[in-house]
Amino acid sequence: VSRVAVLKGGRSLERQVSLKSGARVEDALERLGHDVVGIDVGHDLVSRLRDVRPEAAFICLHGRDGEDGTVQELLEIVGVPYTGSGVSACMRCADKVVAKHALRDAGLPTPDFFAFSEMAFKQLGAADTLPAIEERLGFPVVVKPADQGSALGIRFAPDAGAVPAALVAAFSYSQKVLLERAIDGRELAVSILADEPLPIVEAIPLGEDFYDFEARYEIGRTDFACPAQLDDDATARVQQLALEAHRLLGCRGLSRVDLMLDADGKPWILEANTVPGMTETSLLPQAADAAGIDFDALVARILQGAS
Amino acid sequence: MMPEGPPTGGRAHRDLERYAGLFASRTRVMKSSAMRDLMAITERPEVISLAGGLPDTSTFPAERLASIMSKVAADSSAKALQYAPTEGMSAVADCIAQVMAEEDTVIDPSDVLVTTGGQQVIDLVCKTLIDPGDVIIAEAPTYPGAVPAFTAYQADVVQIEMDSDGMRIDEMEEALERLEREGRRPKFIYTIPNFQNPAGVTMSLPRRRRLVEVARERELLVLEDNPYGLLRYEGDPLPTLRSLDGGAFVIYLGTFSKILSPGLRLGWAVAPVPVLQKMNLGKQESDLCSSSLSQMFVTQYFAEGHWQDYVLSLRDVYRRRRDTMLDALAEHFPAEATWTHPQGGLFVWATLPDYIDTTDLLALALQSNVAFVPGRAAYLDGRGGSSMRLNFSGVDEHAIREGIRRIGEVVREQVGLFATITSRPQSGQAPMSAPEPAAIDQELADVLHLPKRDKRERRAE
Repeated sequence: VSRVAVLKGGRSLERQVSLKSGARVEDALERLGHDVVGIDVGHDLVSRLRDVRPEAAFICLHGRDGEDGTVQELLEIVGVPYTGSGVSACMRCADKVVAKHALRDAGLPTPDFFAFSEMAFKQLGAADTLPAIEERLGFPVVVKPADQGSALGIRFAPDAGAVPAALVAAFSYSQKVLLERAIDGRELAVSILADEPLPIVEAIPLGEDFYDFEARYEIGRTDFACPAQLDDDATARVQQLALEAHRLLGCRGLSRVDLMLDADGKPWILEANTVPGMTETSLLPQAADAAGIDFDALVARILQGAS
Repeated sequence: MMPEGPPTGGRAHRDLERYAGLFASRTRVMKSSAMRDLMAITERPEVISLAGGLPDTSTFPAERLASIMSKVAADSSAKALQYAPTEGMSAVADCIAQVMAEEDTVIDPSDVLVTTGGQQVIDLVCKTLIDPGDVIIAEAPTYPGAVPAFTAYQADVVQIEMDSDGMRIDEMEEALERLEREGRRPKFIYTIPNFQNPAGVTMSLPRRRRLVEVARERELLVLEDNPYGLLRYEGDPLPTLRSLDGGAFVIYLGTFSKILSPGLRLGWAVAPVPVLQKMNLGKQESDLCSSSLSQMFVTQYFAEGHWQDYVLSLRDVYRRRRDTMLDALAEHFPAEATWTHPQGGLFVWATLPDYIDTTDLLALALQSNVAFVPGRAAYLDGRGGSSMRLNFSGVDEHAIREGIRRIGEVVREQVGLFATITSRPQSGQAPMSAPEPAAIDQELADVLHLPKRDKRERRAE
């Protein structure tokens, strides 16, 4: 039995999701016999950690602060071991642009993209480059905030006329946005646990429905197939690629790598998440379950990896 | 229930998935939306929230509350602690008749069903009238709090556009014709005729007349939701639909929430007797009766005879706040924005240029510690993406001014950014800076209103 602080909530836009993840993890840790202290992360985080003196911190924060290395940095300073990736990997993964550059530099497939800061538009005339970008990426083009963890702010622009509003939307969430070539294909997620890939989850939107922020955290809006219906060869390739991305980005212990599998069977890495959701509809727990690891065992394994 | 063991540590079991197989199909349409998650953040203390619909209960003197409560305790403790009749205490029905008489609406107190807030009336009307797939006619935009009730009963909601005179009754009639051709019969028309929530507009007298005529001709019920009728800050009062119709096809919804206190959880319905009887049965199933203690409080409060004075004082407070908000909007919102000028009630509805999505804008506004309700919450079909509801009753004038200033700032930021982005030169085939209005409308509609994407375009994230 040890004292574990579960860090959850916080000020990010994914606060509610984080609270759900945290609550489930707290339940599991209690069942595992730990002395659990839930901390809704705020101004008093450091003093709480000093008061509580946990032997480990289980991070259930999604989005800004919790997933971008900020909280990890504080834990390093306070000297509390924590679950998941270290500061630099969190920073790399939280910024989709940085992560995609790293992937591309290493020769791993990620959809073609261009990224801009708001300043580039305001002060450097970045708007003038849009026609060239659009020509290069084709339509529809995906417009995303660089560092928003959820689907908030992501738009598909079907043509050039729709791009400016999509950019304005994305800039609501981030100082930096990227325009990415849209991949037509299947949505896959590979969760990595203890540096090993778990069975692949495929997200299949129901009917005409699309996979958005709401669908992701709700029962019944999206079907998930786990393991995804892929032949052994494709499964192995996708898992291997996800693992390479996980390693390249420096992730520790666990992560979730999101990919698209295009019509030609080629996988494309979209991003890696260092603090995957642990809610009832989250993909990591589903993947673990398919590997015969129940939720409590999953939580135990993640905690084991804390350092 | 089938947990393998007893819940550990006294913690409520949150493992939703374990129970997923037990949930009724209607829970699938009860949305726990992204917007709700965003709205949860608006509750942080440092946020100036223009998002709520709260009356300012701090205007009610605490000593008054104390004296009424002690009087109730001294005179009728046992009764206040006991169950009440499902239809409500008759003394409360008399108070309700007084409130309605204030709007020249005469009723028989025996036709009243006292409910647990006005919200329960919406629930009971749906429960009584709606089978899955039945049609409800509502305004566009409509009361965001009615949306979950309508969807929980799996109603098919047809929303009718409004202008400054309220719901477009001509469009409503067209919609009714269309529905009839399709063999679908609407069960009721839901309207907030006075200072509508969220739009802030008031239905004109000719439209009120026509609406009750249409209801009669077609033998359709109208649910007249009138929480703010007595909170008029300018202009002449208009007759209620109930008074125009005489009670044949109008279900009237009233509440003490905005003229006294929402904490009492007391509202009421006045309905045609057969409908009222069914609603009474529905209420019995739901909660047997509304709070006796609250009903005794209201009875005593009305007996003291100053209830109108409090409403007058609220009118003064809210009128000033509304004026402050309208002034602040004129000062801080860009020329591209429009907003309504409510003659009463609690809300202003502001509409921004098409290219601004107010759900995204809320994320940005929250960084400046200010909140509003994104317009999409008031539609069931994804419209409303460029509008927002602003409440002026819940916070003081200073906070209103500062809140509008902050929202204005983020709106201007986005307007400026859009201008910067669209000022790029024409080139190649890209149709850019000045597309045909119709074209841009369509394009923006595709992006802004979260279209149903086809499979080709979907992706994981």
